[in-house]
Amino acid sequence: MSINEIQDELIEEFSLFGNWMEKYEHIIQMAKELPIIEEQYKQDENLIKGCQAKVWLRADFKEGKISFTADSDAIITKGLVGMVVRVLSDHTPAEIMHAELYFVDAVGLKEHLSMTRSNGLLSMIKQMKMYALALQSGANVN
Amino acid sequence: MKTDSAIFQEILDVQKIRKDFPILDSKVNGRPLVYFDNAATSQKPWHVIKAIEHYYTDLNSNVHRGVHHLSQQATDAFEASRKKLADFINAKHDREVIFTKGTTESINLVAHSYGKQFVQPGDTIIISALEHHSNIVPWQLLCEDRKAVLKVIPINEKGELLLNDFKSMLDEKVKLVAVSYVSNSLGTINPVREIIALSHLHNIPVLLDAAQAIQHIPIDVQELDVDFLAFSGHKMYGPTGIGILYGKEKWLNQMPPYQGGGEMIKTVSFEKTTFNELPFKFEAGTPNIEAAICLGAAVDYINETGMENIQQYEHELLEYANEKLAEVEGIKFIGTADNKASLVSFIIDELHPYDVGLILDQLGIAVRTGHHCTQPLMDFYCIPGTVRASFAFYNTKEEIDTLTDGVKKAVSMLGN
Repeated sequence: MSINEIQDELIEEFSLFGNWMEKYEHIIQMAKELPIIEEQYKQDENLIKGCQAKVWLRADFKEGKISFTADSDAIITKGLVGMVVRVLSDHTPAEIMHAELYFVDAVGLKEHLSMTRSNGLLSMIKQMKMYALALQSGANVN
Repeated sequence: MKTDSAIFQEILDVQKIRKDFPILDSKVNGRPLVYFDNAATSQKPWHVIKAIEHYYTDLNSNVHRGVHHLSQQATDAFEASRKKLADFINAKHDREVIFTKGTTESINLVAHSYGKQFVQPGDTIIISALEHHSNIVPWQLLCEDRKAVLKVIPINEKGELLLNDFKSMLDEKVKLVAVSYVSNSLGTINPVREIIALSHLHNIPVLLDAAQAIQHIPIDVQELDVDFLAFSGHKMYGPTGIGILYGKEKWLNQMPPYQGGGEMIKTVSFEKTTFNELPFKFEAGTPNIEAAICLGAAVDYINETGMENIQQYEHELLEYANEKLAEVEGIKFIGTADNKASLVSFIIDELHPYDVGLILDQLGIAVRTGHHCTQPLMDFYCIPGTVRASFAFYNTKEEIDTLTDGVKKAVSMLGN
């Protein structure tokens, strides 16, 4: 599936929820399903430090595609991270670089990208694009 | 049990008070706002909001320099506010009350000007393990600059300062003791009278960071015999961008200016500038006139309500919150000092405070989560942060019930 197809799928999933509680419960559920970063990689070099919640992100590059694994010490953040990973993982550096993440707004979670939330999500997206940029220009991130 | 609403009613007419704060009528996420982030900033009563409008409608002019009518009026209002603030803390002289941007600037002013005059290489500055970053970093910068040493009064598990350790730290090398009156993260009310008395035995001046005390505890600087007192307007129902540094005249007179500019000078030539007298020596440039005047309106409002009433009512709220929140399974209060101001800081089992805060926000409840700008203190407890609910006299026990239900809801959603 393309990045936008996955985004549309997520938007459709969220359209089923009538209230915020169902939405958050779904996010928490996604947190539990996130491909967890292996413990050995939960090091400072993979840490994206938000003000409150910590986010770890690792990128692997195989057969022209980047796959991401991630984790967070806060479960809602982890769910949000999981959504972004689901959207961007297993795509080419060029696709990731040019991806426009419209789903966050469309599912009503835009406030989680604001600066005051300090949850590291925004920094994580930047970091994912940086990986893509680095790989695109031939540098080795691993 | 002192949680009966009749007793609450006796101290303050809270429903009437709530009408004075228009923002308390707001809805957040479709629910009535429950504002429990008062330690970050307080809400403003109509008295202050109207005073701001009045200033720009009728008074706006620069102070201390115009001969014209408006300038005179603005100056009178500005100085009248200084007098209100001086009376509020019972300063001996109005000139001991300096307008700053807030607590942070007040502390930086002392670190800079007192430090320049009195701190030599090898000297010591004492702070405590409870301090907000704004009462840590200015002293670190000073100590780095002057090759001085920063020492920290330790705390016990309850979040209380260890006074015996403090006593043993006092010697002739110590040039200043800078501690908070009330901890912003834990609510601990520090034994400031003992700290001041012990320090004065060694002729060491004391700075109190009163950012979290000024709105909760009646303060008399002469009775306390404190040398410097710093606080912010926005935490005491006044505007942002204004604060106070109180300093004993004997210290302020010996200290060099903090910043140079207009207002703070007597004469300027390219060879030599002489400085203005107190308090203007420390008020370079055009001050935040509107905020300074309207902070006076906040003081009027507090005085009308009565500081003792506020203190008593908030204490009731604290006791009620302790009792109610204890119902939550897995809750652990961080900061359990015997003497506390009206805030509770807590964690719940393995739940991240950030997650709890997000759920509470969905329920219209504003709390603070995180390290509260006291990272060393969070390190002491080995936690990433806490959920902090801080109360003001316009809060109610019904709101504490809402918080308790909200926390229970968060536990059920976030727990396994």
